[in-house]
Amino acid sequence: MSTPINLPIYLDYASTTPVDPRVAQKICDHLTIDGNFGNPASRSHKFGWKAEEAVEEARSHVANLVGCDPREIVWTSGATEANNLAIKGIANFYQSKGKHIITSKIEHKAVLDTCRQLEREGFEVTYLEPTEGGIITIDSIQEAIREDTVLISIMHINNELGTINDLQGIGTLAREKGIFFHVDAAQSTGKVEINLAELPVDLMSFSAHKTYGPKGIGALYVSRKPRVRIEAQMHGGGHERGMRSGTLPTHQIVGMGEAFRIAKEEMLQDTKRIESLHDRFYESVSKIEEIYVNGDISKKVGNILNISFAYVEGESLIMALKDIAVSSGSACTSASLEPSYVLRALGRKDELASSSIRFSFGRFTTEEDVDYTLSLINHAVERLRELSPLWEMYLDGIDLDTVDWQTH
Amino acid sequence: MAYSKKVVDKFENTINEPAKYNVGRFDPKEMNVGTGMVGAPACGDVMKLQIKCERQGNTHIIKDVKFKTYGCGSAIASSSELVEMLLGRTLEEAKEIKNIDIVNALELPPIKIHCSVLAEDSIKQAIEDYEQKQ
Repeated sequence: MSTPINLPIYLDYASTTPVDPRVAQKICDHLTIDGNFGNPASRSHKFGWKAEEAVEEARSHVANLVGCDPREIVWTSGATEANNLAIKGIANFYQSKGKHIITSKIEHKAVLDTCRQLEREGFEVTYLEPTEGGIITIDSIQEAIREDTVLISIMHINNELGTINDLQGIGTLAREKGIFFHVDAAQSTGKVEINLAELPVDLMSFSAHKTYGPKGIGALYVSRKPRVRIEAQMHGGGHERGMRSGTLPTHQIVGMGEAFRIAKEEMLQDTKRIESLHDRFYESVSKIEEIYVNGDISKKVGNILNISFAYVEGESLIMALKDIAVSSGSACTSASLEPSYVLRALGRKDELASSSIRFSFGRFTTEEDVDYTLSLINHAVERLRELSPLWEMYLDGIDLDTVDWQTH
Repeated sequence: MAYSKKVVDKFENTINEPAKYNVGRFDPKEMNVGTGMVGAPACGDVMKLQIKCERQGNTHIIKDVKFKTYGCGSAIASSSELVEMLLGRTLEEAKEIKNIDIVNALELPPIKIHCSVLAEDSIKQAIEDYEQKQ
């Protein structure tokens, strides 16, 4: 018996996830007068102590999922703030050591724009090219390292492609050279195993809302062994051992803690189920002529699949798939008319980049959702190609690169 | 992106009933066919517009139109809207159609004005091609 399909179907889990009902309950328990509403920084009464206890329990859940010591977790407002804190924090604290930073062209804007800001403040930044498959190679990092390189910031899983970088390899190189290594792991938690006890990583950014927790909360891992120091970016009451001031939002923190506790417990079954949905989807969609998977399919997670449908423009495809919630490129850029900078960095031609759609599956995606989506895609692509002068030219055997286009 | 209902309806009708909405092609070599193709794949839109005309006295009447468009929803809706405006018109009348007519008919948002400009260019080019053949 197939479950009835609720439209629209949400296939944009890489953008954000719904809060798990168990997490929502936990959050609600920490808000009102009957709940645990106290200020965790209040030392003089039980309300404060109870709130602090809840915050520390949540910190352990986060630490437990990523294999670090709870004292290495600093709460932030999300991965964007964690990225800012890590990169500016290291750059400011260690600037006497060097003013060169290495990152990549396919990082999230939270890393790229932070680096741009540091450039305005006198730092130099190298933006590495990814491979065609969307991976940052160790060789390219090795080549970019200079005497004055102080930080390498490379993402774990790319948010548009789902490709996974080799943290062990990059981190080992960074340690050898005495360079700090920061990792944006906003897309990783609950999808792949992370063991910071073993990984040579100094700083790692996390987000709650990509892992069925609430928005507005995240964390930064700051290694204690070896000891990493950062300059605070937010000043005030000296919370989080002075690294990030501001009253701790207990309800959001327990939400993140619960979400990460569940992620630890259910990761294996979750990823197995999602991978089988991914394979079902991929197997069927790859039967469509002239489609291209963006990102090396053998080096990516199963919850993200980015596909270019050649000769069909992405925005029109999204419009034709109005019952399916997907995005072209990352949600932050889909309001602009620019093709995705990530796909461009892979060397994809503009028209292929702007024909791309990111499908991302999650905990609440069903087989029925996938099958229904596939039927809509088949229909929409067929119809839009019938309407496409480029498809007509392709069928006529005309090489589009040889056409003298009248650009406007 | 917020589209007007008119754009959405036009877009959906066009993709669901392509034949009724004049999606297709004529043989560009025919003497009574004029073809215009504007835009570029790298810019995200390409419009191909073809008119089939008939001489009546001193003028030429657009008897049939076919089009194909690669582009966003507004680009497709703009072409489709233009096609409707062209059917049965004389070439002189067709030359008078301006992009603002399409903007108004579809309530295009400012960010999508270029779609209507492209549509205007496509009819200009199709007429030019037709007139050269006569």
